[in-house]
Amino acid sequence: MSDAVAATSTTEKLTTADGKPLKAALARSQARNRRRAFYLVMPLLLFVVVTFLIPIGQMLSMSVTNTGFYSWKDRDTGETVPLMVELREWFDANPAGTEPDEAAYAALRAGLAHARETKSIGQIGTRINYEVSGTRSMFTSTARKAERMEPPFKEAILDADDEWADPKLWAAMRNASKSVTLDFYLAALDRTRDADGNIVKVEEERAVYVLLFQRTLILSALITFLTLVLGFPIAHLLATLPLSKSNLLMIFVLLPFWTSLLVRTTSWIVLLQSQGVVNDIGVAAGLIADENRIQMIYNQTGTIIAMTHILLPFMVLPLYSVMRPIDPSYVRAARSLGATSWTAFRRVYMPQTVPGIGAGGLLVFILAVGYYITPALVGGSSGQLISNLIAFHMQKSLNWSLAAALASLLLAGVLLLYWLYDRLVGIDNLKLG
Amino acid sequence: MKKTLILTTALTAMAFGASAQEITVMSWGGAYGKSQIEAYHKPFTDKTGIKVVSVDADNPATPIKAQVEAGNVTIDVADVEYADAVRLCDEGLLEEIDPSILPDGADGTPAMDDFLPGAVTDCLVTTIVFSTIFAYDSSVFADNPPTTIADFFDLETYPGKRGLRKGAKANLEMALMADGVAPEEVYDMLETDEGVDRAFDKLETIKDSVVWWEAGAQPPQLLADGEVAMTTAYNGRIFNAAVGEGQPFVTIFDGQVYEYDGYVIPKGAPNLEAALDFVVFATETEQLAEQAKWISYGPARKSSGPLVGLYQDGKTEMGPHMPTAAENLQKALPSNFEFWADRDTELNERFNAWLAG
Repeated sequence: MSDAVAATSTTEKLTTADGKPLKAALARSQARNRRRAFYLVMPLLLFVVVTFLIPIGQMLSMSVTNTGFYSWKDRDTGETVPLMVELREWFDANPAGTEPDEAAYAALRAGLAHARETKSIGQIGTRINYEVSGTRSMFTSTARKAERMEPPFKEAILDADDEWADPKLWAAMRNASKSVTLDFYLAALDRTRDADGNIVKVEEERAVYVLLFQRTLILSALITFLTLVLGFPIAHLLATLPLSKSNLLMIFVLLPFWTSLLVRTTSWIVLLQSQGVVNDIGVAAGLIADENRIQMIYNQTGTIIAMTHILLPFMVLPLYSVMRPIDPSYVRAARSLGATSWTAFRRVYMPQTVPGIGAGGLLVFILAVGYYITPALVGGSSGQLISNLIAFHMQKSLNWSLAAALASLLLAGVLLLYWLYDRLVGIDNLKLG
Repeated sequence: MKKTLILTTALTAMAFGASAQEITVMSWGGAYGKSQIEAYHKPFTDKTGIKVVSVDADNPATPIKAQVEAGNVTIDVADVEYADAVRLCDEGLLEEIDPSILPDGADGTPAMDDFLPGAVTDCLVTTIVFSTIFAYDSSVFADNPPTTIADFFDLETYPGKRGLRKGAKANLEMALMADGVAPEEVYDMLETDEGVDRAFDKLETIKDSVVWWEAGAQPPQLLADGEVAMTTAYNGRIFNAAVGEGQPFVTIFDGQVYEYDGYVIPKGAPNLEAALDFVVFATETEQLAEQAKWISYGPARKSSGPLVGLYQDGKTEMGPHMPTAAENLQKALPSNFEFWADRDTELNERFNAWLAG
């Protein structure tokens, strides 16, 4: 490149018809082309940024920050008001585990009175209630009295509610004052902090997330395996039949694919429930006693059956697209060279379908891990997945930080699997259709 | 001629101005949403010319939080449960409603005395009292029908699957009442660890026979399919299935847990003035009584009671179907919103863990 520059600079400069240097004109026109190409991609880029990257970024930040305890946005004026300023100063001045003294209680009183004035007390109470249950009403009721309290404040506050002396509560307030916290990730892994700030397991009867993460991964793997076992022969049949017949069969694969998810899920309810079609046929045929109808839905079995069916097309289609171009003469050649049909399948046919298996498996697994509506409808209690609890915290408990932490862990898990897949099989070995 | 022209222009402008005005009201859909459209939305549009756009959500409290926090509010009025209203109000997500704008009852009772106790808070004007009850299919238990909440937990005498809402609220209270705890002692007991254990132990006795539901429309469906023999449900949904659709369902009010539900205005609602007008209009004596014609939820004003007449079929007396009817209140529990605002997180965590384990 530098040689070329040197060469042109020594010789007479080339110019365009209107006298501009050719090099500059060329660069300009190329830049214009690049810009034009960029403008074409821009709508999609903006779309991805707005609908995908920004929400994910927001979610990640929500999982490590919760400003509920120390910052309040006044919605009438649009201003942001800092909360619990004095108390946070006290926390800064005193290390964790310090017994709260009169100064601490005075700071707490000032914060409560201020919060009552700015009507932010509910937000503060809700934030601390995530960590220490039953404290929400303590905040609101003590704040109501805070304005009229006289020193000594320690006595006055403990008089309002003696639970204020709870060291766990003070530890929770200290944690909630931090601008970045990992507490929601701890909660998402069934861990919590004790009064001294050590990480401990939550009580046995409240631990649920780790169990559900495990169950989600196991069930997703099982469903992926089932779709592969069921989908492989179908894809093979579709790929080897003459086009006219396979097109017809393809419709049967695609028809459920085009049907609404809810319709398919509720159809399974109609089929599988204890007064449903399958049980009725079994009873009529004398296979099942009327009082012993099999429970196939509202439990794990229901989730597995319905999700396997719903996700089956995502396995069949990539497999089909890989199998279609495989030349049948390879297997014939293997057979003619003395391979048994099993060996020919295992050593000649199968290896050529690996990109399809990989693509279908990854697709089904990732979809299954995040599945929500089907387990919610047919999962009962034992068929719930982690996504159902994420939805619970988004919609019912409104603890978005915890929902974000759970979702981030799920995302990290999927990315990890993607990375593993890339290491083991190779991502360029993926064929989606 | 010129005069006519001016007149028509003015009229057109007025008509245009009126038609441009509209408000968005978010509610729960289904039979309940329909009752609101008939009793509130249509008469409001007839009276003021303001169009009412109805939007449905699973629980309108969620979109309110999302919209206000994002600073992009499109809802003017939302219908939320009492505990949610208190919580959202405390968090500053709702406009405060000055109770002095609420008119007196049709019989002249001052507004604050006319509404049921606690029904008007800083941000909420209650419209209805709804109840979680249990119902059974009368064709299943024809000889020996269940009558009390204890029968719901009695699998020996009343075999068959049970439907319960997937959540701690109302289930724990009903479990304790079935275990012999008097309604007035239920929340004191749930404040203690032993009380919570006792409630979960009682639920454990039927856990294997439970089909869990989430949406209010599910329990009547489960009963109709024969999937459960008994189920808890919102009383209005069972009423509509039984009376409206002629299903053989019987509602048991023994051990019912009732609570308020009403209108709130999200902070920063785009049409605040019209929204306030709507809330005032909808919570007048006549409108509340009118809604009770469409679904069996009790009106929040005492003065509406005498005006509640027949169901829309023209022959069913609504009175006895209301959760607030005297004979239905003999063993009934008003849901304690403060308890749930405090303990919701902890008890639902435990409930989820219990369910998954």
